[in-house]
Amino acid sequence: MDNKKLNRREFINKGVRIGIGVGIGVIGYELLSRTLSSKTVWQIDPAKCIQCGKCATSCVLEQSAVKCLHVYQMCGYCDLCSGYLRPETKELTTGAENQLCPTSAIERKYIDDPYFEYHINEELCIGCGKCVKGCGAFGNGSLQLQVQHELCVNCNQCAIARECPSEAFSRVPASSPYLLKGFGGK
Amino acid sequence: MKKSTQVALILLITSLIAFNLFGVQRFPRPEFENGYQQPETILNAPRALFFEYFDLAVLIGSLSLITWLILKKRSRKAVFWVMIFSLLYFGFYRKGCICPVGSLQNVTLALFNPEYSLPINGIAFFIIPLVFTLFFGRTFCAGVCPLGAIQDVFALRPVSLKSWVQSLLGLIPFIYLGLAVLFAATASDFIVCRYDPFVGFFRHNASFMMFAIGGILLFISVFIARPYCRFLCPYGVLLNLVSRFSKKHLTIAPSACISCRLCENSCPFGAIDKPTGAKFKQPSNVLVKKLILYCLIIPFLMAVCGWTASKYYESFAKVNFKVKLATEIMQSKNSESEVIPLEITAFRSSGNSEEVLFEEAKVILNRFYLGNWFLGGFIGLVFGLTLARLTIIPYKTDYTTNKGTCFSCARCVDYCPVKE
Repeated sequence: MDNKKLNRREFINKGVRIGIGVGIGVIGYELLSRTLSSKTVWQIDPAKCIQCGKCATSCVLEQSAVKCLHVYQMCGYCDLCSGYLRPETKELTTGAENQLCPTSAIERKYIDDPYFEYHINEELCIGCGKCVKGCGAFGNGSLQLQVQHELCVNCNQCAIARECPSEAFSRVPASSPYLLKGFGGK
Repeated sequence: MKKSTQVALILLITSLIAFNLFGVQRFPRPEFENGYQQPETILNAPRALFFEYFDLAVLIGSLSLITWLILKKRSRKAVFWVMIFSLLYFGFYRKGCICPVGSLQNVTLALFNPEYSLPINGIAFFIIPLVFTLFFGRTFCAGVCPLGAIQDVFALRPVSLKSWVQSLLGLIPFIYLGLAVLFAATASDFIVCRYDPFVGFFRHNASFMMFAIGGILLFISVFIARPYCRFLCPYGVLLNLVSRFSKKHLTIAPSACISCRLCENSCPFGAIDKPTGAKFKQPSNVLVKKLILYCLIIPFLMAVCGWTASKYYESFAKVNFKVKLATEIMQSKNSESEVIPLEITAFRSSGNSEEVLFEEAKVILNRFYLGNWFLGGFIGLVFGLTLARLTIIPYKTDYTTNKGTCFSCARCVDYCPVKE
């Protein structure tokens, strides 16, 4: 009798096993048939970004993986740069009290009268987006916030994306990992 | 026409042309004549695709190796070293992402939201451990999962828990799984990743709360081995269910058990089923009565839990961004407050219509209503079945591993005197 019972149990086990196997196969096939990319990464759409400053604070890394990138092609090389200088400064000098950037991450270099080149020191940039806001409001919008993929640990659910008020974060294919505006003739 | 107006007109036309040429640029880029070279915007590429496939190869390799070590070599020492390797590779080197525990949410999201396409690695990390478990038991838990490994090395003074405590705490993973699926299916949040307690250690970087919770769990794991795996892990639920029907599974004795009781206290996870003894052999009429009773109780429990959960669907839905935004917009219309939340500002500047948002929010709310019924029903079912398992004890004569909860860590093997 015991033998018979064991056989029945084995039979049920085998049946369920095959069932689970088929189930896993169906789910796998279904997912594979929809797959478009072999890898995705997180990126900010500058068109949606409102520079709220949460990128600087919400990232799981101590210093955010979001940095300001400078698209030089779009830059006007202005002397009175609204991304570099604070709006109500009395003097237009490079003094720290006149700079918009809280960490002085923007380096200003004289090129030709009256033009200046602006360069982001990424080690200092905390991704707060203050300069991006200034440049976007009164300038060309050549400063843009982007996820720096060398730093980003590519969390399954980006902590900044969860906090982002404008839903500017999305998963993009790793083959085109940046969403810069005005880059490459766009 | 006055000369000044003419000049103004010419200026206007030229500026318009310039405006067209340079797109929306307010300040056109100057032409430099001093040989100035414009620097390139440096765009660092993400981790190369090759490494992603390498991860996959490491997963398959380490799973195959550990399965062979558990089932054929039956060596705890070897399993331990594979576990350390996985902890270093998937944990500290890969920083805990990508892991199969979190991937169940990606899979759910992809199944319920066709616009989300899951990368191949995500699919593979979800399915491969399940397939291995279906054939060989939870060898993934034994030493490939970095979350399990970090707790396992701390399991120094494990105490055994009462079986009813274990069953009761064992309900939490089912609830956690249900919630994770609900929030992932509605594209609201990935709670498993959000409350992952150990990922902070892997990154050497986390908020204080994350470190605190992780630290507490690691401290607990000194006495209660692998608390996360046993009483929280939602992926463990799937592996548990699949493992019960596994084709081959680690056995304590390589051949017949001699009931010497040496392995009795060897399992730190309480996953060894003891012989029940003759007194537990319940007569079949009692069993039939119990069966009928549970057939009535379980649907009732499911209905009650489902109904209760469905009452709270609105507060659950607040986790979803769109629902939250729609609610805030509705509230801001009624209130006199001057302060406008950032979300509303962002939404207004995006130029999307409120009606569309409200429609979307309504669809998500309906999903939550249905989802909460399912969640409640699922929890009721699990409650009922746990209750049934606590009272209906199958008659057994040998010491065996519990195929569901056993992590196949092979600790018990060292205690068994039967070697052939």
